[in-house]
Amino acid sequence: MQEALRRFRLWAERRLPALTRYRRGESLPILLHRRRIYIVPTGFGGAFSVLLLVMLVGALNYSNNAALMLTCLLGSATSASMLVAFRSLNGLRVANIRHGHAIAGEPMLLELVFAGSDHAHPSIHAQTDEQAEAFAVAAHGETVVSLSLPTEHRGWQALPRIKLWSNWPLGLFHAWSWIHPDQSVLVWPRPEIGGPPPVLPGDDGKKRRLLQGEDIAALRAYRAGDPQRHIAWKHSARHENLLVKDFEQPEAQEEWRLDWRQLSQLVPEMRIARLARWLGEAEAVGRPTSLWLPNEDIGLGHGRSHYAHCMNALARLP
Amino acid sequence: VKRFTLFRAKPQAPLERRPFDLLCLTVAVVLGVHAPHLPWWLTLVLAATLGLCWWQRRRGDSRTPAYLKLPLVALLAGAVVFHYNTLFGREPGTALACGLLVLKLLETYTPRDARVGAGFACFALMSALLFDQSMLVTVFVALGLLPAIAALRALEPARPQTTLARELLPALGLLAASLPLALLAFVFVPRLSSPLWGAPNSAQARSGLSADMSPGDFSEVLLDDRPAMRVTFEDAPPPNAQRYFRAHVLWNYDGRTWTGKDQGNGPAQVEHGPALRYTISLEATGQRALPALDVPVEVPPNTQVGPDWELVADRPVNDPLVYRLSSALAYHLQTQLDDHDRRRALQLPAGFDPRARALGERWRAQYGANDAAIIQAAMDLFHDGGFSYTLAPAPLGTNVIDDFLFGTHEGFCEHYASSFTVLMRAAGIPARVVTGYQGGYWNAIGNYLLVRQSDAHAWSEVWLPHRGWVRLDPTAAVRPERVNQGSAAANAATSDWSANQWLLGWRNRWDVVNQWWNQGVIGFDTLRQHGLLTSFGVRDTSVGTLGLLLAVGGSLFAALGLSWAMWKRPETDQARAAMRLLEKRLSLAGLVRRHSEGPQHYLSRAARALPSQRGELEHLMRTYLELRYAHEEPPAYLLKNFRQAVRDFRPRRVVK
Repeated sequence: MQEALRRFRLWAERRLPALTRYRRGESLPILLHRRRIYIVPTGFGGAFSVLLLVMLVGALNYSNNAALMLTCLLGSATSASMLVAFRSLNGLRVANIRHGHAIAGEPMLLELVFAGSDHAHPSIHAQTDEQAEAFAVAAHGETVVSLSLPTEHRGWQALPRIKLWSNWPLGLFHAWSWIHPDQSVLVWPRPEIGGPPPVLPGDDGKKRRLLQGEDIAALRAYRAGDPQRHIAWKHSARHENLLVKDFEQPEAQEEWRLDWRQLSQLVPEMRIARLARWLGEAEAVGRPTSLWLPNEDIGLGHGRSHYAHCMNALARLP
Repeated sequence: VKRFTLFRAKPQAPLERRPFDLLCLTVAVVLGVHAPHLPWWLTLVLAATLGLCWWQRRRGDSRTPAYLKLPLVALLAGAVVFHYNTLFGREPGTALACGLLVLKLLETYTPRDARVGAGFACFALMSALLFDQSMLVTVFVALGLLPAIAALRALEPARPQTTLARELLPALGLLAASLPLALLAFVFVPRLSSPLWGAPNSAQARSGLSADMSPGDFSEVLLDDRPAMRVTFEDAPPPNAQRYFRAHVLWNYDGRTWTGKDQGNGPAQVEHGPALRYTISLEATGQRALPALDVPVEVPPNTQVGPDWELVADRPVNDPLVYRLSSALAYHLQTQLDDHDRRRALQLPAGFDPRARALGERWRAQYGANDAAIIQAAMDLFHDGGFSYTLAPAPLGTNVIDDFLFGTHEGFCEHYASSFTVLMRAAGIPARVVTGYQGGYWNAIGNYLLVRQSDAHAWSEVWLPHRGWVRLDPTAAVRPERVNQGSAAANAATSDWSANQWLLGWRNRWDVVNQWWNQGVIGFDTLRQHGLLTSFGVRDTSVGTLGLLLAVGGSLFAALGLSWAMWKRPETDQARAAMRLLEKRLSLAGLVRRHSEGPQHYLSRAARALPSQRGELEHLMRTYLELRYAHEEPPAYLLKNFRQAVRDFRPRRVVK
């Protein structure tokens, strides 16, 4: 019995992949073909069929052959539109799915890259729980469709099932196919809102000296005590007040060596949130950071890709 | 817990301008096809409302206030009731439908509204065919479907953007592609043997042959294109000139109207030759007369034979009736005319038509006892006396026959039959008028004779000693085509345009098309269906057979359509096509190529899985890689080798 059921499931999975999409994802690219495109009449299609039936009975009753011919024409156009609906999905390929970055709780941008077959695919909708986008794919063309994926928790999040559907051409039939890419996206942890800065090894005692740089950052009004040689005489001549050149040097940011072990007093999620905040703050001012985690040790670095690397590592923490 | 729903209640987007324009166009077409039978003021008001609505929407999106809509509907219903005195029936119903359709546009703001409007417009278009089924109207109505379909199509988002005119082209393509299936369905849909509910024009008087006749009566019948009856012959059909179906024999003339015999004895005695067996399927007439060829020998049940061998059914024919009988075309009817009948066959109303009577008496004086010469004189008069055949003759005064014979000189069968009979009676030859049908259209496919109302005809019978009643058709003297080719041929040349030969030729040709339409489409009923199927060897035409044929034909079209929908352009890259073939063969052996698996990896995996064919597979892999990557322009022999090798390769099943 068990064996028969298993066999049946395997057979069903082989024959009707779309029916068993709940069971497992599939790797990209996904090609829509006849075994996974389903089609039913829409509500309007049902109502229109009833109308056709009324017209048919009326034409037959009054032996009105012209009306019968017209009804047959409309009826066969209706059934032809079913084939067109099928064809608008048939052969469509989901070539690739790109995604952006998002911290937990914020929507993540998904970009679905669709490739057309040898005919055009007009009026297709890509629909997730929250959202639907209509698009068209030209013959042999490529179309990128943006969807936003809501996120809740940090870590790996599987892509949802996406329904591709079309009511093309007359809205009488609803053709659809589920795609379930076995792709996951990494959701970054949410930083805490506020908290202490990291404790650095030689933090206390050594006050950082404000260095005076070479580059003029701006002009500002004179304040008592400003050195005379900083006054911008040329600019002041055209102004009521004296203007002073304000010099600035990018603060030689001291690196932050962030360490999982320093935060042993916190629960793991709080540790992750705090590390995420520090990483964000450091990234905002371009401070080099390094990050030590139980499963990963990331060396010093700065910039966007370093930040993404660290956040990914945080997101992957068990 | 979130879950997917198949039919999500989508928030309705506002309607775009293009589908609304197309919908307005559809409604305009609907008004156009209904204009001939709507009251003119209603058509004007509705057209103005349509234009106003379109213009208002064009200018900006100001909604029609709700307090205006309900009174408008009430006003429309009131106007229809005012004009027709009722809301029900064909004319008031369509007037109401057209009005509601226009009013629907006032509140069309969402795609859903537009869909409802387009569907309703399709229905309204069809209802125009209840009034007129001619080919032109049908084609126009079918073209009216184009904007409706285009409107539905324009409602779908992300469609290709084009101009309004080009939006109609795909709709035309869709209709053209669905025409074959439509024709199949049209031919095989089982027709109802009797209507489920009352025919729409039961209130109107059925036009058809009436039991009496006065000159000028027929013109309405002669323009009526509906079938009157269909006749199937067991052997060869009689020639056209002998297809006289007698229905009423009229003896009495009161100066204007011919009526039947008052009282009848039994049928007159008759000697007849061989009989012709045939079956008539008569459309409902509401009368008791059953048309039959000359002298019916075998008569159907529930039927009496009248004194002059006309058939009279026991009950009025209110439903189509099929009856079998046989008739003799060569006969001697009532060779002995008794005094009573002779008096009645010579009776003429006193004080009418003095000139015609004088002419008859003059002929008698001139030719003596030679009846044949008198008849010939009358025929010559019609043939050479400047008479013309027209369905729209000039009106006649009190002395109908005199006015016709010596005044207007134009008329149709009734005028000729009446005046000929009056002339004969004046000359002392017993004569009577017979009405019925003459001619008909021989349908070669269905092998039956289709007789229309327009084939109604009137002729004379004169009594000659030793021969009895003899049929004489004076119309044939004026217009032989009427008898030899049928009423359509006779009518074609009688209109006002006849001077213009080119136009006449064009109209004749067009008439063939109309005739074809009437015969092939309008008149395609159970009998024609039967005839068509019989010619293909299908004897049984029950609903089941028709349904089966419909299903088989529909499946054929479905297969055709599916093969179109799934057809893929063949691979132009021959190396890839060969690789596909290889993949297919290997996948049958259980080696499916994974997504994102390169050819090298795949074929080496295959070689490991099929150790017995390792050499072959490795050779294939090397050839393919060389073909793909080694050359800018791969040499032809390489491709040839690879394709050959793939064709020869047959994987042996994996044995585990």
